[in-house]
Amino acid sequence: MSKHTLSVLVENKPGILARISALFFRRGFNIDSLAVGTTEHPDISRMTIVVNVDEQPLEQVTKQLNKLVNVLKIVELEPGAAIQRELVLVKVRADNETRGQIVEIVQLFRAKTVDVSPEAVTIEATGSSEKLEAMLKMLEPYGIKELVQSGTIAIGRGARSITDRSLRALDRSA
Amino acid sequence: MTEQATGAPHPQPPRARSGGQNPAATAQAPAPAPAKGITGAQSLILSLEAVGAETVFGIPGGAILPAYDPLMDSVKVRHVLVRHEQGAGHAATGYAQATGKVGVCMATSGPGATNLVTPIADAHMDSVPMVAITGQVASKAIGTDAFQEADICGITMPITKHNFLVTDPADIPRVIAEAFHIAATGRPGPVLVDIAKDALQAKTEFAWPPKNDLPGYRPVTKPHSKQIREAARLINGAKRPVLYVGGGVLKAHATAELKVLAELTGAPVVTTLMALGAFPDTHPQHYGMPGMHGSVAAVTALQKADLLVALGARFDDRVTGKLDSFAPYAKVIHADIDPAEIGKNREADVPIVGDAREVIADLVVALQADQEAGTRGDYSEWIAMLDRWRDSYPLGYDQPDNGQLSPQQVIQRIGELAPEGTIYAAGVGQHQMWAAHYIDYDKPATWLNSGGAGTMGYAVPAAMGAKAGQPDRTVWAIDGDGCFQMTNQELTTCALNNIPIKVAIINNGALGMVRQWQTLFYNQRYSNTVLHSGPEADGKQPSAGTRVPDFVKLSEAMGCEAIRCEDPADLDAVIEKANSINDRPVVIDFIVHEDAQVWPMVAAGTSNDEILAARGVRPDFGDGEDD
Repeated sequence: MSKHTLSVLVENKPGILARISALFFRRGFNIDSLAVGTTEHPDISRMTIVVNVDEQPLEQVTKQLNKLVNVLKIVELEPGAAIQRELVLVKVRADNETRGQIVEIVQLFRAKTVDVSPEAVTIEATGSSEKLEAMLKMLEPYGIKELVQSGTIAIGRGARSITDRSLRALDRSA
Repeated sequence: MTEQATGAPHPQPPRARSGGQNPAATAQAPAPAPAKGITGAQSLILSLEAVGAETVFGIPGGAILPAYDPLMDSVKVRHVLVRHEQGAGHAATGYAQATGKVGVCMATSGPGATNLVTPIADAHMDSVPMVAITGQVASKAIGTDAFQEADICGITMPITKHNFLVTDPADIPRVIAEAFHIAATGRPGPVLVDIAKDALQAKTEFAWPPKNDLPGYRPVTKPHSKQIREAARLINGAKRPVLYVGGGVLKAHATAELKVLAELTGAPVVTTLMALGAFPDTHPQHYGMPGMHGSVAAVTALQKADLLVALGARFDDRVTGKLDSFAPYAKVIHADIDPAEIGKNREADVPIVGDAREVIADLVVALQADQEAGTRGDYSEWIAMLDRWRDSYPLGYDQPDNGQLSPQQVIQRIGELAPEGTIYAAGVGQHQMWAAHYIDYDKPATWLNSGGAGTMGYAVPAAMGAKAGQPDRTVWAIDGDGCFQMTNQELTTCALNNIPIKVAIINNGALGMVRQWQTLFYNQRYSNTVLHSGPEADGKQPSAGTRVPDFVKLSEAMGCEAIRCEDPADLDAVIEKANSINDRPVVIDFIVHEDAQVWPMVAAGTSNDEILAARGVRPDFGDGEDD
């Protein structure tokens, strides 16, 4: 099993998230993470789905996704040719003694301190999942009180845009 | 691209291209006049007329009520008032299978809609073009657990090709056009349109054809020429090829092309349960149906083949048996209009995405060119081997020694005495398999059954739909006493709506297929498969069929002619009488031997190599692999 990052362009219509997640459940595919948001085109949403499957089931995943009428395009983003980011917000126990050490870790990982109180600091960090994992490992000894993490979002390197062609497809049908 | 561009020979006139972009362009009638100041309900009926829907099966109720008012005045759309929504759904399926058009059913919100779930799932498994229209509670009430509210779009998401929730009446023409387009094109399937009551009541405008807005829906129908050439090369090079034909060939109306391909190559043909009628059963190159209850020759042909040419077939577990020992020596050419079917169960050496009609026509051109250049496969040894298996292990049955009717013989005689062009609809179970075995299907769209879903109760409503769509053809439902008790109320619909179907109840007093498994695998412990008696019966005493209910009286009460047949001597006369009655439905209660079994059989979960021709009879293929 290996991780694959799929960028899925979908029509921005009600129920599309349900259709996608129901498909994954029904076909027994595992989702590692899923992030949905708007794109530069108001009629198109983009989902970044990280799946943990072998090569052949991955082909089934994309083929089944492609059968959904509201799915416009699916691209697998290879790790080497794409930038992948996650966002984490983490609340760490901190007192006068440990606060300085924690801030040092925050700086090492080029993260940000976004909230401070006498007993805790809240940190915002973005990066690859490996980087965030490393940072959380460093913070763990101080006591993680609360943690929230986004799904992975990803974009291909270089000048080409995956939305271009789909937009043209939309225009053609109009 | 057009068909002419390939030079591919189509023995039939070209039909509307399945990849067509404009759904309205396929309707024959001139575009209807635009209308203003009408209700959403009127717009719905105008849209159904414009898209060419001629028959709708349904039942009204609160949320769909507005639609039924203009429906009453429509001279183009006939509504058949069924007695249960499940009947409406299967009738739409039967109609679609028998006519090749999109079947339409209609129901109200909540329980009306959920009663359509089984036939929708059934149509989805068997890729039947169907549009289900349901009323929904008013848009403001959606999500409030309003009276008769059910999230039918959510419920049917995994069992429809697509579904729509309409809350704006202006969307109705476009959504109806898109629904019919999606249902009928690519790999066909059911589409549900859920319309909120206030959208049906509100004022709107109607214009046709509406603008198509399906940027994500682009079925590929034209096969890739490189793949076709590669497939032709494998076919020419094979020693033991088999054309493994599935329901997609019927859906693509490719039976004439298939015959050309088969005769051009001389390759043997097997047709799955969904494809019966795609290639004449009486053709010498036809070796029967593969699968769990397939013929020895067909099952073994696939097992020993060195090349499978899968055409619109999906390597279903009922065909492959234990997948990892299925067709172990074969390379696979897999042609299907649904890319997701290719490689789903069995890896394909040559994947071909395309409409079966296009694929076969292109293959014919490629193979003809090869043959003219002096290249063609030699399958003579293979054919001789297959002929030997077919002759040694034909389908057959024993007559019961207690003088009862043999169910196989009943079905065989119905087939032999049937008028030309008869359409058969079967339920699910033993009688379905016998109907597959003992009736010869030589024409497409003459065999309707629930293949993928295995829906008991399919036969009567599906026969009703088929007869409504093909009123001049004889339609026989071959049903079991178990199946019949699930949906027989539609005989009332048939009687009152001049839909004179014929029903053969193969009455063995038991849930026969389950009973057969209990006989074979559960030490003859007949747990809850006895239909003729209550829980005190252990199922081992001889039965004389289900008598409660009395199917003759029940059918008569529903306005049918009804006959009971128990004596083999009466068999032909009873069938002929049924065939002669055409002004009302006819039901024949055939009391048959309960211990008759379906053979051949591959036990579930085992390899197709383990096929038994009859109970305890292992075929001898003379290759020493049978010890």
